[in-house]
Amino acid sequence: MSRLVAALSGGVDSAVAAARMVDAGHDVTAVHLALARNPLLHRAGSRGCCSLEDAHDAKRVADMLGIPYYVWDFSERFQQEVVVDFIAEYAAGRTPNPCLRCNERIKFAAMLDRALTLGFDGLITGHYARVEHAADDMVTLHRSVDTAKDQSYVLGVMTAEQLRHSHFPLGGSAKPAVRAEAAARGLLVADKPDSYDICFISDGDTAGWLHGFLGSQPGHIVDASGQVLGEHDGTYRFTIGQRKGLALTRPASDGKPRYVVDIDAASRRVTVAGHNRLAVAVLHCGRPTWCGPEVFGPWEGTVQVRAHAAEVPATIVADAENMLIALHSPVLGVAPGQSAVCYDGTRVVGSAIIQRTEPVSAETVVTPPTAVK
Amino acid sequence: MQHYLDHAATTPMLPVAIDTWQLGAAELGNASSIHASGRNARRIVEESRERIAARLGAHPGEVVFTSGANEADNLAVLGLARARRAVASRMNRVLVSAVEHPAVRSAAAQLATEGFEVVELPVDGRGLLRLDVLCDDIRHAPEQVALLSCMWANNETGAVQPVAEIAAQAAAHAIPYHCDAAQALGFLPVTFAAAAMPGLTAMSISGHKVGGPMGIGALLVRKDAAVAPTSYGGGQERRLRSGTVPVALIASFAAALEEVVTEREHRAARLRKLRDMLADGLRELGAEIVGPTETSHLAPHICYAVFPAVPAETLLLLLDQAGIAASAGSACSAGVVQPSEVLLAMGYSAEQAVSGVRFSLGWTTDADDIDALLQVLPALLERGASR
Repeated sequence: MSRLVAALSGGVDSAVAAARMVDAGHDVTAVHLALARNPLLHRAGSRGCCSLEDAHDAKRVADMLGIPYYVWDFSERFQQEVVVDFIAEYAAGRTPNPCLRCNERIKFAAMLDRALTLGFDGLITGHYARVEHAADDMVTLHRSVDTAKDQSYVLGVMTAEQLRHSHFPLGGSAKPAVRAEAAARGLLVADKPDSYDICFISDGDTAGWLHGFLGSQPGHIVDASGQVLGEHDGTYRFTIGQRKGLALTRPASDGKPRYVVDIDAASRRVTVAGHNRLAVAVLHCGRPTWCGPEVFGPWEGTVQVRAHAAEVPATIVADAENMLIALHSPVLGVAPGQSAVCYDGTRVVGSAIIQRTEPVSAETVVTPPTAVK
Repeated sequence: MQHYLDHAATTPMLPVAIDTWQLGAAELGNASSIHASGRNARRIVEESRERIAARLGAHPGEVVFTSGANEADNLAVLGLARARRAVASRMNRVLVSAVEHPAVRSAAAQLATEGFEVVELPVDGRGLLRLDVLCDDIRHAPEQVALLSCMWANNETGAVQPVAEIAAQAAAHAIPYHCDAAQALGFLPVTFAAAAMPGLTAMSISGHKVGGPMGIGALLVRKDAAVAPTSYGGGQERRLRSGTVPVALIASFAAALEEVVTEREHRAARLRKLRDMLADGLRELGAEIVGPTETSHLAPHICYAVFPAVPAETLLLLLDQAGIAASAGSACSAGVVQPSEVLLAMGYSAEQAVSGVRFSLGWTTDADDIDALLQVLPALLERGASR
């Protein structure tokens, strides 16, 4: 039996995860993280875990499981580590993933640290991923058996030490089964909608929310030759691969849709091009993290470049600061700021943040790099 | 083994209050009805009112039952200020101490949205109202003051405010004075007697803070005071408060109040001894005990400690896991420990203001509870401070 903290968001997944660990005989204490500075009273649609209603739901789950319940206030830390970074990344023309950042800096860092400090042995969350413990004390992170729901991507920033203290009891289950189990257990959150959007942007309007911080930063939308096709209000309104909301004043000569292929925040220039220009062959990444031993390679694995994207075979080389990924088949619309998470089969090897990409060129065949830098 | 040191949040019901409640709950009747059952209910309510009034030096007609002290505070602050301004629009200033319970502060904030000028009266480092500031403020323009509100004993620090002096000031300038006595009743010589407290216009009390049931309290208010109602309907309570009066709750409240007031001196002396023992022990562990040190300015049942470098959020969790119930200054509705407004008003830093833990004693507390706390605390503080 372990003494464990269950992170209860107020949703169905973390509730079932906690319930399973209680059933398994562990001494479980529920903790709800307060992340929002000014929590909304009620959830609006499918947003995340920041409302009072979610705190209430989490508390009721703990009541039903008969376990203690506390709220830990990480709102200041969340603001500093996740929200400020989120704004800065968009301001720099990148597309950050705040969920990865939160897992790296808050859930499996600040929260896990506090749990361990207070005498707990580890943390339970409702993520769909699996931790495997090998006989030699090695721990590895794997994709969920429910590949549609798999959340190993957002856990790709975890270290072996963090994994050692983490429990993902839902990694072997499919989402519908988890919902059914919640209903069978009488948990009131059984039919609560999943959260997909960014939890601190309550209405889901990311561009509008960023506008509140960054203001108007007008600039040009141009084509590959530099010809101005339209105006925009701020580069933070765009992400690579975006097609909608461009409001171009001149149609493309070929009449085909155009997509954002480059964002230059310094010159406030957003470049658009046809679909064929979205294809990316090489990812230059920084700040590698490893879910176990470092693997500098070169090695052959698969790479996922955003949440819910398909994985692509790739050749990967890294050193302490960089990771270079040569994709064996092109990927469309890869946004700097997102994380590239590397897999060996189902196992998560590590991650790095995409800094820039190289498009597929008609002339050159993409070959694995031999050295980094 | 559980050790409950959160009596200021709520205290166990006294056996006499439980018995009385059960008897009252079995009675049929709406006190407003004219038939026999109604008369019976009314008799129970009025006898209870008379017993409460007698114990507090009040006239029965001055006792207005409410759902609790929060509602009583609202009724006093909103009702007195609005009624007074209705008489003369220049009476527009509302003076409240900076350490009032949210029931008063939030009501004052509501008045601010109605155009009242709300003045927060500062406290000193002990948490006691700055009488000099109050006097200066009143002298400046007494005819503009609609209401003065300052509690009897503070719910976080246990600081006993100079209520007699405040009442004297209010009397001298004919200003309505409201006092929230929820934390003082049963522990301090609380009285509504006009002779003892000539300037006191209204006073809030609570049932569950004195061993009575939750859901009942009262506003004591002078019969000649102009109060605008804050709820509308049958006007059962002096036309100030509407709603069917809860017969069993009122009877039970009266029984509890009678017992705690009768036994107050003996109870307070016993608790003060335990409280001082606790304070000494906490000081030895490095805690700073917040509030006045003079016995005359300190409620006997509250000990408020700031533990340097250990947030209350952490310590309360560790205490809870060790079977000890205490509380922090305040928590928001999501359950997050907030910086204590009281500590901030007293001049403590923001970091100290999230490190205050209130231990409060009551009629079931004994030396074992204090010993148990002091025994586990060193290890908990070490654990809580290790990051």
